[in-house]
Order: sequence, then structure tokens, then C-alpha cells
Amino acid sequence: MERKILDTLFTRVMFVLAFLISLITVVIALILVLKSLPLFQISSISELLFTSIWQPAEGKFGFYPFIMGTIWVTLLSMAIAIPLALLSSIYLAEYAPRHIRNAIKPLIDLLAGIPSILFGLWGILVIVPLVRNDIAPLYGISTTGYCVLSGGIVLSFMVLPIIISLSDELFRTVPLSTRSASFAMGATKWQTVKYVLIRKIYPGLLAAIILGFSRAFGETMAVLMVVGNVAKVPSSVFDPAYPLPALIANNYGEMLSIPLYDSALMFAALILFCIVVLFNISAKMLLMRFQIEGVRHE
Amino acid sequence: MNKKDFEEQFFKVLMCVSVLIVLGGILSIVFTVFIRGISAISLPMLLETPHGGYYLGQGGGILNAIVGSLLLAGGAIIISFLLSLPVAMYLHLSTKRSRHTEYIRTSLDIASGIPTIVYGAVVFTIMMVIGARSSLFWGMITVALFILPIMIRSIDEIMIHVPKKIIIAAFTLGSTRTEMLLVVLRQSLPGILTALLLAFGRGIGDAASILFTTGYTDSLPTSIFEPVATLPLAILFQINSPYLVVQQRAYAAGLILLVIVLLVSLLSRFLSQKFMKYVVK
Repeated sequence: MERKILDTLFTRVMFVLAFLISLITVVIALILVLKSLPLFQISSISELLFTSIWQPAEGKFGFYPFIMGTIWVTLLSMAIAIPLALLSSIYLAEYAPRHIRNAIKPLIDLLAGIPSILFGLWGILVIVPLVRNDIAPLYGISTTGYCVLSGGIVLSFMVLPIIISLSDELFRTVPLSTRSASFAMGATKWQTVKYVLIRKIYPGLLAAIILGFSRAFGETMAVLMVVGNVAKVPSSVFDPAYPLPALIANNYGEMLSIPLYDSALMFAALILFCIVVLFNISAKMLLMRFQIEGVRHE
Repeated sequence: MNKKDFEEQFFKVLMCVSVLIVLGGILSIVFTVFIRGISAISLPMLLETPHGGYYLGQGGGILNAIVGSLLLAGGAIIISFLLSLPVAMYLHLSTKRSRHTEYIRTSLDIASGIPTIVYGAVVFTIMMVIGARSSLFWGMITVALFILPIMIRSIDEIMIHVPKKIIIAAFTLGSTRTEMLLVVLRQSLPGILTALLLAFGRGIGDAASILFTTGYTDSLPTSIFEPVATLPLAILFQINSPYLVVQQRAYAAGLILLVIVLLVSLLSRFLSQKFMKYVVK
């Protein structure tokens, strides 16, 4: 009898904890919305999103430069990361001999585990000088090196392991017989990859890219350290930018001195939150049909 | 050479170039942090807290940040583990996947994708409402919170791989559902150890979430309700200093952080291999 009571008790406790913890996302959303509400009373959403004047002391909050800053840096990092990651994962899954694969995979996992602040450190020490002294002069432009391009390069290396690991797993879900059938028809390895494998798993590859994108979108520290943080819409990759996460990180300390400033920063967090949640849900839905260990963020 | 062979060779070269770029990036990151750090590191750097005039290039080390980071990540892991274990076990009360457990899994996956800066901002807002000041305690809470969904899902993923025959055997011997879970837990222990270590690596490296919640101080922590220094913030605050000596400390902090993360990841590989032999396959 005592065992039955213990069983019921533990089950209840586990249920309550599981229920509460599954509400984390909802609670965060509620707090963000509640805190941004005061901002909506002075201006409309479209005004907030599409105007460029940022003067918190005068109650003018135009998020356009920050949103564009985030989009520039994120898109650039994806433009670098997607081809690199897909080609690398095809090589690892389909071409690499076993011993090379076994040597490279742990290094990719290592890359996934490096803290973002160290990517930032690397950005300042290697990428920023590279952009300033080597890349920008090629185009006859002079820059401090703290610009969209540096942010994009650093960010692309943070996103690579996410896309590579997931794509590699996806390629391995395709049974060997599918490849054999294609080879038997006289297809080369690359033709098999192009016409058979990618067709089979493209929703999963799309999900991998979306997950990478959402990671890049919310990344704060590494980007903040190399992107220059100037609140102006960038017009080229050599211009500085000021992404949303950097806006929150740089100003949270002083937000209490100016009215509505905290609302504005919470609204910035809300924009990040909405985009990332939307992307993660769509990635999860795309991955549902594949028997792999779902949407994970290492 | 016909068209399809040319295409094959062309893409093969492209793939090799991509892999080389990726590997080059990884090595560049590790070696940059390592070489800069090695030249900056010294015994006083590791064993002393900042002296007067520290940020103007006077003496002292980063002991405060090392101790702070270890305490912060250690505490957060403990809090997070105590909450994660019952939730992960709850997901395995029944061997079937129900709509209910899938809802919990999905919401955890979504929560683990939320940027850590958002976690930091939300906890800071709560702190403002109840009038708390930034401290080691609130840092632990924040880190524990963003690690929670990741940790539950990794423990869950380990428990999924416990063979069904063991669960059936437990029921056959008359155990209740919670007693069966103890058997599952025993089977999952090596994997859980790995999950804990990896979560520790995540927790110790994050800067965005603790920027406002933990604060920063030059002395060693004396109480859990005091602000505390951390390695990521030690890097962030000192890297752009005009003084070379101060910059050196950022490099040293970077090296220590890298070494901790590498050690943790190596240790988790080693331990999981060592303990796996005690698990029924």
C-alpha cells in the first residue's frame, strides 16, 4: 500500500514540474508583451518598426536601423555558411573515408561547444584586421574593420556546426539501397547526391538552415564585439551595423534613467523572441517526418 | 572527359575546399585563443585578485573571474539538474508517446532556441519588479533557466534509448511505474553524466544572459547574494582597454575558458566510454 502512495505522490510531483517548465516559453512571452505595452501607447507598431529616429530621451524609438542591422548581418552570415555547410556535410556523409570522417566530426562538435565570447575574441584578433587590411583595400574602401562583413564571417562559423551536424545526420537517414539503385542506373556519386539524396531530404536540409538562421539571429556577444554598433542602416557590407541583441546588451544598464527605455528594449527582445520561436516551430514541423533526434541546440 | 565526370570532379574539389575552410576556421579560433593566452598567462595572473589601479595597468590577476565562473556554472548545473531529472522521468512514465508528452517536448525545444540575451532581459525585469540586485544567486537562476530545456531534452534523448525489455522486466517483477523509472535512471546514468558536463560547458561560456543579472566585482565572492566576476565578462570588459597589460588579462581569461570547455568535452567523452560497459545493451 505504501508503495502505491509513493508512486502516486512522485507521479504528481513530476507532472506538476513538467507542466510548469513547459510553460517557460509562454511566461517569457507574457512578460515581454506586458513590458512592451507602454510603448504601444505612444506609437503604433508600424511606426516602431519602420522609422529610423532613435532618441530615447525624447521618446522617439525607431527600430528600423536595428532591424536592418540584424537582417544584414544574419543574411550575410547565412550566405557564407550555407554553401560551406552543405558541401562539407555532403563530403562527410557521402565521400569521406571512415577515418577522415572520424577525425573531422569531433572537431565540428568542438566548434559547436566554443563559447560565443571566444568567437568574438577571435573576431577582434583575426577577422577585423583581415577585413581592414586585406579585404576592404581590394575594393578600394577604407574601414575600421568593425563592420557587417566581420560580423557575418564570425557568425557564419558559429552557425556552421549546427547546419553541418544536422545535414550529415539527414544524409545518413537515407538507406544504402537507395544509393545502390542510383549507382546501378549509371549515375555518378554527385548525380546521386543531386537527383536522389537531396530530393529525398530537402525539407530536413531547409530545417537545418532555418535553425542556423534562428541561432544567428539571436546571437549577441560575438556580433556585438565586431560589428561596430552604429545606429544607422548599413548600405554596404563594409558599413558598421547595430543589431537588436547588441542594442539590448549595450543599453540595459542605463535603461531605468529614461522613461519608456525599458519598454523599448523589451520590445526589441520581443521581436527577437517572435522571429526565433516562429523559425524553430517551422523547423520542427519540417523535421517531423525524419527519424532523427529532432530540434536540438548544441 | 564527359560532362557528368567533369561535374563530379568539380563538386568534389568544391567540397574539399569547403571542408578545408571549415577546418581552417576551427584551427584558427583555437590557435588564436591559445597562442595569445599562453603569452599572457602567468602564475600571479591565475592566483591573484585585482589590485588597486587594476584597469589602469597595475598588478593583479583574474582569480576572481575564475572562481566566480566555476561557482556560477556549478550552481546553475545543480539547480537545473534537480529540476530536469523529474521532468525527463515524467516523459518516460509511459513507454508510448502521447500527445501530452509531445507537447512538453515541443515546448522545451522552442524554449531552448530562445536567445540567452532574452533570458537575461526577462530575469532582470523580474529582479527589478521585486527589487533584487544583481548577484551570484540571480546569475545561477538565469543560467539554470536557459540550460533547463537543453538538459531535459538531452536526458530524455538518453532515456529513449533504454531497451524496452528492461522496462518490461521491471514491470514483470511487480514494480510500480516510478520504481520502473529508477531502473531506467540506472541505465541512463553514464549518458546523464555526459549531458551534465556538456551543460556545464554551455553555462560557463555564456555572457549575454549574465551581463545584467550577475554584475561584476574585483573581489572574491563572500556570499551568494553578492555580485561576482565571471570569465566571459572579464574578456568583454578588458579586451578593448587601451592598456596592453589589461588586454593581456582578457587573453588569459579566454585561454582559461577555452581550456575549461575543452577539458569538459574530453572528460565527457572519456567518462561515457568508461561507464558504458555497465549498461545493459
